[in-house]
Amino acid sequence: MGIYSFRGGVHPKGNKELTAGKAFVRLIPKGDMVYPLSQHLGKPASPLVKKNDPVLAGQLIAKADGFISANIHSSCSGKVKAIERRLNASGVPVDCIVIANDGQFTPAPGVGEEVDYSSFSKEEIIAKVKECGIVGLGGAGFPTNVKLMPKNPDEIRYIIANGAECEPGITCDDRLMREYTDWIIKGLKIVLSLFPAASGIIAIEDNKPESIRAMEEAVKNEERMSVLTLKTMYPQGGERNLVHAATGMYMESGALPASLGCIVDNVATLSAIYRAVAFNEPLMEKGFTATGDGFNEPTNFMVRIGTSLREITDAAGGLKEETRKLILGGPMMGPAVSNLDAPLVKANNALTAQLEDEVEKAELEMNSCIRCGRCTRVCPLGLIPQQMARACERNDIERFVKLHGADCIQCGTCSFICPAKRPLTQLFKQTKPMAMSYIRMQAQKKEA
Amino acid sequence: MNAMTLLLITVILLAVIGLLIGILLVFAGHKFHVEVDAREAAVREVLPGNNCGACGYPGCDGCAAAIVKGEAAVNACPVGGASAAEKIGDIMGVSAEAAEKKVAFVKCAGDCAKAHTKGSYIGVRTCTAAAALPGKGDKMCQQGCLGLGECVSVCEFDAIHIVDGIAKVDRNKCVACGKCAKVCPQHLIEIIPDKSMYAVECANIEKGKLVKELCDTGCIGCGICVKMCKFDAVHVENNVAHIDYEKCKGCGACAAKCPSKVITFREQPKKEKEVS
Repeated sequence: MGIYSFRGGVHPKGNKELTAGKAFVRLIPKGDMVYPLSQHLGKPASPLVKKNDPVLAGQLIAKADGFISANIHSSCSGKVKAIERRLNASGVPVDCIVIANDGQFTPAPGVGEEVDYSSFSKEEIIAKVKECGIVGLGGAGFPTNVKLMPKNPDEIRYIIANGAECEPGITCDDRLMREYTDWIIKGLKIVLSLFPAASGIIAIEDNKPESIRAMEEAVKNEERMSVLTLKTMYPQGGERNLVHAATGMYMESGALPASLGCIVDNVATLSAIYRAVAFNEPLMEKGFTATGDGFNEPTNFMVRIGTSLREITDAAGGLKEETRKLILGGPMMGPAVSNLDAPLVKANNALTAQLEDEVEKAELEMNSCIRCGRCTRVCPLGLIPQQMARACERNDIERFVKLHGADCIQCGTCSFICPAKRPLTQLFKQTKPMAMSYIRMQAQKKEA
Repeated sequence: MNAMTLLLITVILLAVIGLLIGILLVFAGHKFHVEVDAREAAVREVLPGNNCGACGYPGCDGCAAAIVKGEAAVNACPVGGASAAEKIGDIMGVSAEAAEKKVAFVKCAGDCAKAHTKGSYIGVRTCTAAAALPGKGDKMCQQGCLGLGECVSVCEFDAIHIVDGIAKVDRNKCVACGKCAKVCPQHLIEIIPDKSMYAVECANIEKGKLVKELCDTGCIGCGICVKMCKFDAVHVENNVAHIDYEKCKGCGACAAKCPSKVITFREQPKKEKEVS
């Protein structure tokens, strides 16, 4: 089997060696646990508990409010300390449920008990996934049960398990594929049982040979699964790029993978699906990488959702004094962290501490665009970032939309390659919401 | 045919063509005659000619046409102020009542010393770009002035400047065209009557405890101002106090008791200082 990839892409320094060889360390949180009501895409959940209510680990504390929303469960036992607005990692006040952790982690009745799921119907499996509050763990946090209910279930031909993990520095999916291979395979099997016509593809970048070996070993006896080795290239893990690598087809502008008969789920999401269906275990724990040269001991953690970032930082040996910047996620896409007291939420998968702030350096070197066209060459979507940026600077939304700027996934590839260090991605980030509302307005006009 | 005849024919031909075109032009001039109101040109002459659009019409020409048609009041131009209104009133033959002077007002007092910062913002140096990021700019407050000066760049009257991390309006120069208010991504700039004595310099919607963490001078929504006001002019909505400038009598009772000192006294311009 050849090595698959997409058109474009860049090679940022991997930095995976810092943590790739380190097995998961289970982090037992001691302090208060904080659960923001919006840990997913869509409407925030509505709280079910009041101040001073006792809660158990795995108990539902906030209920999904609407179709695209997700349940939130407590990952510790204790007492509800407050329901108030607290600052998240970026410093934005958000509604949170705060639970005083008693350190016992007493499970709620039924949580963690093995159940025989072989007789479950499709609806029961999807209901279980919904009940357990599972969202896409790759970063976006889209409710998984919605993803598992496409309009065309019989036409789904590929379930792609996303193990690309293309962001520099992050290794939690790599470790998960090595240490919890079984969970991922079983999770994929559960998803495959929902789609009779589908086959499972586990897509992994070739910089993770151990994971590829572990997965190939595991799928040996599985008829409907295969492992797809991808070229190490950023952003290989983008949904569109994966669909192209797996099927050879390009997704249309604005389309979802389901239109090409694909469903893309992160490997961590699949293992969470398995835990939910087979053990009645809501999403309480996930892999998390603390990495970067700013940490004294970069580590992979198995950490409970709601743990404060400070506890994770302390467990990773603390930060070096010269640390310049903290990023939630990887350096390519992650937002800067300004508040370490913020909790870890479902979609977070890494904390990167840098001794040097690349963005700060880039700003000093910023120059005029020389129209070299490198951004166009590397854009994974085949857009023309240089022209889009000009449209952004002139605030010309119409032109931006014409250039398909609304399709931009803000992967940061163009900013990375730009020799003039132009802040292209930030311009697109700023203009995209306006472009989306412009498109919506045009559509409404057309209807009227 | 000698040279003389050739010359003669040419001259006669040209004269005939000239005569024909002349007749055509006279005819067209009568046929397509447009009645021009002399007053429109006169009014346009009085208007400042910035084409700023503050009056709500497309430039000064549009405003002049609207005034002559009677669609706009003679004091429609906020830039020209009282003197322009008076002259236009003379042209139009109506007495001009000077419009109440309005100015832009920035609902934030979180300068570098008072607002707590969470880091340093590095990136595109416009407020819109900073506001699109999670966590916004340098300051911890999510509703405050980002201090990157997008309002400064759109002001055509040099009336707004970034001083100590926040936008400050020069009330003498401000003509209330509202361009800054339109461009501010934080929606912090309000057009208020210049004569209003008190205003709330905060827009933070968080509850008191959190506001204290974010800024030294934030409205905590305690509502003391509401209780102090005898004229029902102050209200707390969404954890921020608002003053109803129509009802406010300028007694200052609210400002005297405000624990966070966000209701501030606005010095009234002295008569001789007023720009004509």
